[in-house]
Amino acid sequence: MIVATLWHTLIAPWEQSIDRRALLEVLLLGITGGTLGCWIIFYNLSYSTESLAHALLPGLVLAALTGIPLILGGAAGLAVAAMAIAAAARTPAIGRDTAVAVVVTALLGLGALLALSPATPAGLGELLFGDVLGVSDLDLVLAALLAVAVVIALALLHGRLLLVGFDRLNAAALGVRAGTVDAALLLLVAAALLVAVQGLGNLLVVAVLVGPAAIARAVTHRMSTMMAVAAAVAVLAGCGGLYLSYYARTAAGASIAAVIVATYAVALAAQAARRAVAGRSRAATPAAARA
Amino acid sequence: MSAVRAIGAPLMATEGLAAGYGAGPPVLRDVTFTAQPGQRIAVLGPNGGGKTTLFRTLLGELRPAAGTLQRPARIGVVPQTERSRLDFPVSALDVALMGTLSTLPWWRRPGRADRERARTALADVGLADRADRTFGDLSGGQRQRVLVARALVQDAPVLLLDEPYVGLDAPSIDLLDGLLARLAADGRALLIATHDVEQARDWERVLCLNRQQVAFGPPAEVLTRETLERTYGAELVEVADERCVMPPHHHGHDHA
Repeated sequence: MIVATLWHTLIAPWEQSIDRRALLEVLLLGITGGTLGCWIIFYNLSYSTESLAHALLPGLVLAALTGIPLILGGAAGLAVAAMAIAAAARTPAIGRDTAVAVVVTALLGLGALLALSPATPAGLGELLFGDVLGVSDLDLVLAALLAVAVVIALALLHGRLLLVGFDRLNAAALGVRAGTVDAALLLLVAAALLVAVQGLGNLLVVAVLVGPAAIARAVTHRMSTMMAVAAAVAVLAGCGGLYLSYYARTAAGASIAAVIVATYAVALAAQAARRAVAGRSRAATPAAARA
Repeated sequence: MSAVRAIGAPLMATEGLAAGYGAGPPVLRDVTFTAQPGQRIAVLGPNGGGKTTLFRTLLGELRPAAGTLQRPARIGVVPQTERSRLDFPVSALDVALMGTLSTLPWWRRPGRADRERARTALADVGLADRADRTFGDLSGGQRQRVLVARALVQDAPVLLLDEPYVGLDAPSIDLLDGLLARLAADGRALLIATHDVEQARDWERVLCLNRQQVAFGPPAEVLTRETLERTYGAELVEVADERCVMPPHHHGHDHA
């Protein structure tokens, strides 16, 4: 009886086709976000990733207004944001950080203004927070292609990404152009944002690109292991978020982000506890025994 | 250790070399030296004297403003360890493997033979048992030797070492000394930026720089009080027997 109840609890959220499609979407985005996210955090691109995600909102809204695919609007939004940030950063007396903040705030505000127009068919909420339960066949195909492309690209670039991240100043002497590696990584991040934003929304997409990698970093010490753990965490958190959404009747995207944040808090607590135990055990070991 | 056979021609040579940054005037000029197989060449000079500029020019990162430069196709570089990111999740083997990238096309990953070369290089520097340790967890001397192993994997006939002894304790200095002697005996040429005048006396050649070449030649001819005063100016400290050393604050970074 208990087993039957448990089984029903586990499978009930996936009885509808719409839920199974959502599950497939979060699995694919989890693989992309987990593997790519490790490089995002070690290349200090978390803020840039979040900024780009917010800055493409006007492009998404304009696409919704004009009826063109959201992914094309998002791509145009990204291009405009990148050019605006580059132009603002060249202004004397404005640092790169300030330029990013000014441009992103302006574009996010512009996007919200456009989204409040009565002519906009999609609500601001869907663009900001996503609609993972409403993914189309095209969204699933794009998410699958993205996952395959990201995994292959990261496998091919692995050694070069390690070198530039570890020893950027001497990469050229070892035959690797740091600028090319940076550009390849940013291209992958931009592609991931464009695809993932369809399901997870403008504000929550960063959770799956940064959160799982941050969790994996707290528990592993090698990049390959970290990428595998981050992908697993992203997939499990995606499933957990959909369960939470089903039973607590909360928004799916926000539920996934909440599970990722909660897991990160647990990982940090476990890391702190492990360090405390290791510290006590070192203190308890006589110096002679350690020598 | 793979052998680099001694040949008659120098492995590297410059004639009246000058270099600088952008369109400004050269910050280093009139550098004329040769690096023969088996030579350890101490590159001495004050901070801002041009050691880093010379290395960047030899590596091809800066274009010579004047003069000629004859260099091999591959040059190994051993930077100061603290300029690497110690928080990066890489093992000693990962770092040694980076030396294979200069010979691999971008779509190729290092294969089994490359990994074997990297492990052999780590064994050559005495770190076979540390291959899987995280780079940031190694001691300063071990990290320096891992970076030497990375340069060995490049299989370059010339190695440039940027103040490799900074921050090392006495046993690590002895280990590194022995390693550099073996590399030179193997037929490589080593250019070693250093502030340690006493150590330079044991090597085959000394190149003194102070925004231009002050002297180049065997230590016995170059390391005179007059040359060192022209190289270091008033910062020279005399200790005993007319021997000279640099004050401790000089044992740091050089960005010019």
